[in-house]
Amino acid sequence: MNLNFSEEHENFRKEVQAFLKEHKATAPTMKAVNGTSAAPTPEVKRWQKILIENGYTARTIPKEYGGYGGETDLIKGLIIQEEFIAADVSTGLTGQGISMLVPTLLELGTEEQKQKWVGPTIRGEVVWCQGYSEPGAGSDLASLKTKAVVEGDQFVINGQKIWTSSAHFSDMCFILVRTEPDAPKHHGISYLLMPMTTPGIEVRPLVTITGDAMFNEVFLTDVKIGTDQIVDQRGKGWMVANATLKHERGMIGNPAQTEANLNALIKLMKTETCDGICAVDMPVFRDRLMRLQGRLLGLKLHSLRLLSDDLNGKAPDHSGLIVKYSTAYLNHELYSLGVDVMGELGTLYDGDAYQSELDWQKMFLGSFSSIIGGGTAQIQKNVISERGLGMPREPRVTLDSKGWAMM
Amino acid sequence: MNFGLSDEQVLLQDAIRGFLEEQTPLDNIREFAADGNGLQANIWQGLIELGATGVIIPEQFGGSDLGMFDATVIMEAIGRTVAPVPYISTAVLAPIALLGSGSDAQQQDWLNKISAGDVTFGVGLTEATGVRRDAGLTLADGKISGKALFVIDGLKADQLLLAVGTDTLVMVNANASGLTRNRLNVSDKTRGMAELLLDQVDCELIGTPGSATDTIARMIDAGRIGLAAESFGAAEILFYRARDYALERNQFERPIGSFQSIKHLCAEMIADLEPCRSLIWYAAYAYDELPEEVSLMACHAKANTQEIAKVVARSATEIHGGMGFTDLMGLHYWLKRIELNRQLLGGPEATREAAARLQGLVA
Repeated sequence: MNLNFSEEHENFRKEVQAFLKEHKATAPTMKAVNGTSAAPTPEVKRWQKILIENGYTARTIPKEYGGYGGETDLIKGLIIQEEFIAADVSTGLTGQGISMLVPTLLELGTEEQKQKWVGPTIRGEVVWCQGYSEPGAGSDLASLKTKAVVEGDQFVINGQKIWTSSAHFSDMCFILVRTEPDAPKHHGISYLLMPMTTPGIEVRPLVTITGDAMFNEVFLTDVKIGTDQIVDQRGKGWMVANATLKHERGMIGNPAQTEANLNALIKLMKTETCDGICAVDMPVFRDRLMRLQGRLLGLKLHSLRLLSDDLNGKAPDHSGLIVKYSTAYLNHELYSLGVDVMGELGTLYDGDAYQSELDWQKMFLGSFSSIIGGGTAQIQKNVISERGLGMPREPRVTLDSKGWAMM
Repeated sequence: MNFGLSDEQVLLQDAIRGFLEEQTPLDNIREFAADGNGLQANIWQGLIELGATGVIIPEQFGGSDLGMFDATVIMEAIGRTVAPVPYISTAVLAPIALLGSGSDAQQQDWLNKISAGDVTFGVGLTEATGVRRDAGLTLADGKISGKALFVIDGLKADQLLLAVGTDTLVMVNANASGLTRNRLNVSDKTRGMAELLLDQVDCELIGTPGSATDTIARMIDAGRIGLAAESFGAAEILFYRARDYALERNQFERPIGSFQSIKHLCAEMIADLEPCRSLIWYAAYAYDELPEEVSLMACHAKANTQEIAKVVARSATEIHGGMGFTDLMGLHYWLKRIELNRQLLGGPEATREAAARLQGLVA
């Protein structure tokens, strides 16, 4: 066990700290960067530009595509995360274009696609939404039915997408459509790049339990885009999409963020009172807090172990598959405690005068989305047990007309 | 950076696991449990020959001075095999007591003996971690009297180290006059837990009276990390036995491991277990390298691991169905080790409260 960083990395940490000291005052808030349901403001784009120039975001994206062009250095990545979170400063935009489309294009896109899309996307000039899920294709995404038919040099798209976050202010959509209806379901899908201004697209807000329209339904009627707007080849979309799902799993489990939440919870418990007694002075609440802290420490150190395994070239096993699943529940329980600590006040949200500094109720409600989104916890457990532990899939069964298994 | 075992530590782990696994087929464990002493001479001797008793002892006293991390690797292997050996008491807690508060002569004498495997220790720390019923020790005129309960590995040990209050450490010879030693009939029969009745027993002070507060705290930290490592090892074995059983046991014309009810239990178990491994490793590393962090990490490592090990033990037993409840399958030896470790040196509630106190969260 050796957790010392090299001198180069210690110096890098000092650089990051110096940067943060200089720029903290002028940085937009976390909420302004990723917490709004609108396209990035000029202020946010300015911040994004500074971050890219200094290599604090888009760090490993090549210079010719508008990135910083740094080498992959996991420890520097970790240091950036740690220092920015400690300083409560945003590490930049994290939308689905940046976190999912850009890595996909860099891996599988044509030179022209990379030139055209990567730079504007990471700078926040082009905002993307993800057109994957459909009403009938959630956990079983590969059964999606939105179809694209080739007419001349155009795809004509018809169908419906759902859970399309940010669709109402996106410029573009990376969308999965069925182009080969006769192929087996995983081999009939294509991955297209669709401008949201194309005629025939209707976006309807989908109001969630938080009261916000974080998501949308997108209806597609005879939407026409060029046949060159495809990533990789026809019928290869499932493979392309899985390249991005891999990036999404990484995105949803972030113990450093959970640690910031726990620190906020401790702060809350030191001030919030009932009958004049601070929550932290009530043993039952204190015990719940310590339980969560123990689990958080486990996950945080686990992430450090995974980073180390990656650095040292250890073959990945089940250990990496558990992070998203465990972090989602931990966050949910952490917000639940925040609500319980406040008692009746914990049910207030969305700017009520009695609310505390943070909207615990809204965070609690919002946390369901991490448990379900990007593969439900139940699907995660299938992945952990099948891919991680070598357990067999459920056998496929033939169903009768009422949907019962035929014996 | 390397968060994990060094190449040398992997070799140590392989050697210790290999030896202990060879010594502990289920039939042997059953025999050890029937005898109930918590000390199997041939296994203990094997560990001594592998150098296991000297890993935290400096070279000048015959040890290898490797550190707590290596000791933790060994204790995890002991948990995996529920080996009946007084390792945590003799090779971890006693050296910490002697190194922290012992005189030069005591260190010279006892540490050399521990390294060479010439002595075993039992350790009683309940005066510092929580006194039950009418237990209690008093020290007067160099003699010790009273009752000590749950002296770890104390049943067959040659020497007994006892905390008197939270600030004083004494050593008693097991054959001293006025000492009565009784077996405590704990469900885990692979560890020799003792009740000591002391009536004006001669003892040797480890440090002056009232001077051992820090040493005792360090023993508790190390003990919590070690017990967590043992319980983790035991839980990991139970988990993999359940997974393997689920793959070979057929019902309804298919392996039960293909049912999501079973697969999801397995996924939950491993998702909870893996972070424990990371936390225990870090706590052991903190013991060696980050003294300001170790107490908090030890509390969380123990509380968190014990909570999870208990659930893993239950789920693993369930997956074995009725067989899990039998001595034929023998899962209960691991379950009982986990249950005993859970209570020693502070259960989860006590260690979480200690964690809160360390952070200034207890008024």
